[in-house]
Amino acid sequence: MLWVQVLVNGLALGGLYACIAAGFSLVWGVLNIINILHGSLIVLGGYLAFFAHQSLGVNPFLFAPVAGAITFLLGYLVQRVAINPVMGRPVLMTLVLTFGLNLFLDNAMLAGFKADYRKINLVPPLGVFEIGDIIVPIDRVYATAVGLLLVLALAALLRFTQLGRAIVAVRMDRDAAALMGIDVRRTYAIAFALGTFMAGSAGALLAAIFPISPVSSGGYLGKAFVICVLGGLGSIPGVVVGGFALGVIESYGAMFIGPEHALTLSFLLLLVLLVVRPTGLLGRRGFS
Amino acid sequence: MRELLTLERVSRRFSGLLALEDVSVSLRQGEIVGLIGPNGAGKTTFVNVVSGVLKPTSGSVTFLGRAIGGLRPDLVARAGIARTFQIVQPFPLMTVRENVAAAALFAGGVPTREEAGREADAHLAFCGLTREAETPAASLTLAGRKRLELAKSLASRPKLLLLDEVNAGLNAAEIDDALRLISEIAGRGITVLLIEHLMKVVSRSCSRLLVLHQGRLIADGATANVMQDQQVIEAYLGQRYARLQKESET
Amino acid sequence: MLVRIGIGLAFVTAAAALLAFGDNYVLRLATTVAMYATLAVAWNIVGGFSGYPSFATAAFFGLGAYAGGLASVAGAPIVGAWIGAGLITAVFATLLGFAILHLRGHYFAIGSLVVADVLREVTNSWVSLTGGGMGLNVPLLGGSTGTQAKIFFVAMALVAVVAVLVSLWIDRSRLGVALRCIEQNEDAAQVIGVDTRRAKVAGFAVSSLLTGIAGAIYASWVSYIDPSDVFDISLSVKPIIMALLGGVGTLAGPVIGAFAFLGLEELIWRNSLEFHAGFLGILVVLLVLFLPGGLGALRGKGAVSWILGRFGRSRK
Repeated sequence: MLWVQVLVNGLALGGLYACIAAGFSLVWGVLNIINILHGSLIVLGGYLAFFAHQSLGVNPFLFAPVAGAITFLLGYLVQRVAINPVMGRPVLMTLVLTFGLNLFLDNAMLAGFKADYRKINLVPPLGVFEIGDIIVPIDRVYATAVGLLLVLALAALLRFTQLGRAIVAVRMDRDAAALMGIDVRRTYAIAFALGTFMAGSAGALLAAIFPISPVSSGGYLGKAFVICVLGGLGSIPGVVVGGFALGVIESYGAMFIGPEHALTLSFLLLLVLLVVRPTGLLGRRGFS
Repeated sequence: MRELLTLERVSRRFSGLLALEDVSVSLRQGEIVGLIGPNGAGKTTFVNVVSGVLKPTSGSVTFLGRAIGGLRPDLVARAGIARTFQIVQPFPLMTVRENVAAAALFAGGVPTREEAGREADAHLAFCGLTREAETPAASLTLAGRKRLELAKSLASRPKLLLLDEVNAGLNAAEIDDALRLISEIAGRGITVLLIEHLMKVVSRSCSRLLVLHQGRLIADGATANVMQDQQVIEAYLGQRYARLQKESET
Repeated sequence: MLVRIGIGLAFVTAAAALLAFGDNYVLRLATTVAMYATLAVAWNIVGGFSGYPSFATAAFFGLGAYAGGLASVAGAPIVGAWIGAGLITAVFATLLGFAILHLRGHYFAIGSLVVADVLREVTNSWVSLTGGGMGLNVPLLGGSTGTQAKIFFVAMALVAVVAVLVSLWIDRSRLGVALRCIEQNEDAAQVIGVDTRRAKVAGFAVSSLLTGIAGAIYASWVSYIDPSDVFDISLSVKPIIMALLGGVGTLAGPVIGAFAFLGLEELIWRNSLEFHAGFLGILVVLLVLFLPGGLGALRGKGAVSWILGRFGRSRK
């Protein structure tokens, strides 16, 4: 029965993890940029939710899209000002650039919010479901549900709206898209901003369950990496599969070697995957 | 005459698509052979398999008695097979001379950089690139880049030279120059496989013609005969034309 | 040639002056500069010469630090410990290289980045060997603080000089040509007979050897190391920034960049401790945004020569 409990614990985070990674995957897949800033934006979203809850009593699960909207604007700005000029430059440059941006944001948050961990304490606390002997924390279920919803919304946007199709077109062939009249620069900016939207929302959801601090930004970035490589870059189904897979792997990992090693286990897995099958479990190209 | 390169029932599959199917052919030393076929026939796949860029899905490739199917491209190059690329692949920021010297240094087996430089000069002179020797490869015109590809492949000291669409994008005068160089190369004892999809280019320079169509070798023989071959005409120009052709002959 | 000798003499004179007159603080700073210059030059062999964006510097540094530190604890003579640490790091890098050097671009960068993290965690957990999070105490070199400061400065400076010489030697050798071909067009390199895998691994191994030795000297120098200190990601990123500052792929660039960067860092650090990292972040962003554009800039002039060039132009 313990095995099932551990499994459920992992699955209960799957949708949330998918939300963490979806934005990262989108930016990587469409702009070919690894956004090191992603982890910090997640933390920022968490803080926004924390303060919204503390001062206005807003429910973080409902606040998630709002946090996302704020990080959306921030992301759009950052992309137009700092990232657009380096589009198409070597990997080294874009990585160092987003690393610099991340350093700045992390430091700003540390200076502003201090390094102490904050946690949203919902009143009344949500408690748990009980299915037989299995305990399912309700906050995780909500977070996963909202997370999944956001991911599906993103997928729908990409599939059914003109904007979405523009993004996919630019991803597949930038020049052809330009020839068809698509404003490539604006599309890149929006795609990036959508990525940061997902980050902020994910952060808000995370804050409802876990304590947050600027110190944890690297950890979330790491999870996003691993999920992308696990599930395969550039596909929503990949991100979902990767998210649930990581949740389960971390859960069992925590059981065997302790929760403090969870991230390292993920990284080890990442390394093995990179060596053996960098295209991930679903191994697809193109964004759908 | 020695058998230089032998393909025996070579096939190459790309997740469902059979780019090469059961190809068997032997090239003999000193030949200038043309490999033609419509677009998508498998010509570049053929070159890729022989040069080690791709592994054959089945069948064997033998060069000078040695099995080379699936061997790494750099080892194939050192064994004596050189190839050019359809979309020219220089080292863009290195000078023209450095490009050629690099080929001499590695595939050509030249021991020192100085010697490689001297060899490069000789190959550049042969290909008419001496004037551009110190300019970055990226600044060459298309014709210049094609000649650079040729010079690099010669610097590899090949016994077999695979020229993949070396004439694509060149005007008539440039093509003349290229063909002249090729016959001079053959005169030095290097076996040449000229991959083309222009019939007239190939008919001028090749004594023997191979025709690929949808991955299969449909003709292999003296140029004049192959060009009259019914199947070949059908493959290139379609069955209606072939029928019309036949009707006009009777 | 004459210019090179002149510069070399200038460095030697400066070093001698430092040894004779410098106080411990200045000597410490100079040792740090030498250390980072080594890391930047070593990184440049992989990141600059062959164009593979390596973030593995922290992994090699930390590994060298612990290997050297543990060897010293076990009683090995200090220089032997340093060199041994370098060799162990090189062996590790060779194995790692075979595993991840077939990856390109982002995948390689991430793979190399993640290795440091994994190594850090392993070191953290292997408490019986390394002391884990409580750190490792490395035997002190005897003598006064002043003498120690001088000795470590000389050691680090020597390693930096060796690094530059090695870098120069590679640049002139067949390996150098191979790496440059790989950087320009890896597929074409293979076709002209370059054994790309062996060349890349060789570059990786040499780079890690130098980095590992620097790490081992660091361990002896500070005499107390812990995993989050020696596997810190900034050890991977700072050398890259230095190379970008001074000119990636060039010979002197990483050294110039190390001086420039650490000079800037001293300036910033003196003024704001709390926002130190933030300012560095801004610096990095500006650096990348204003570095002369295009792939050409990646191998060639760095920000320093570009800035100096601008000053030159405005004088005319």
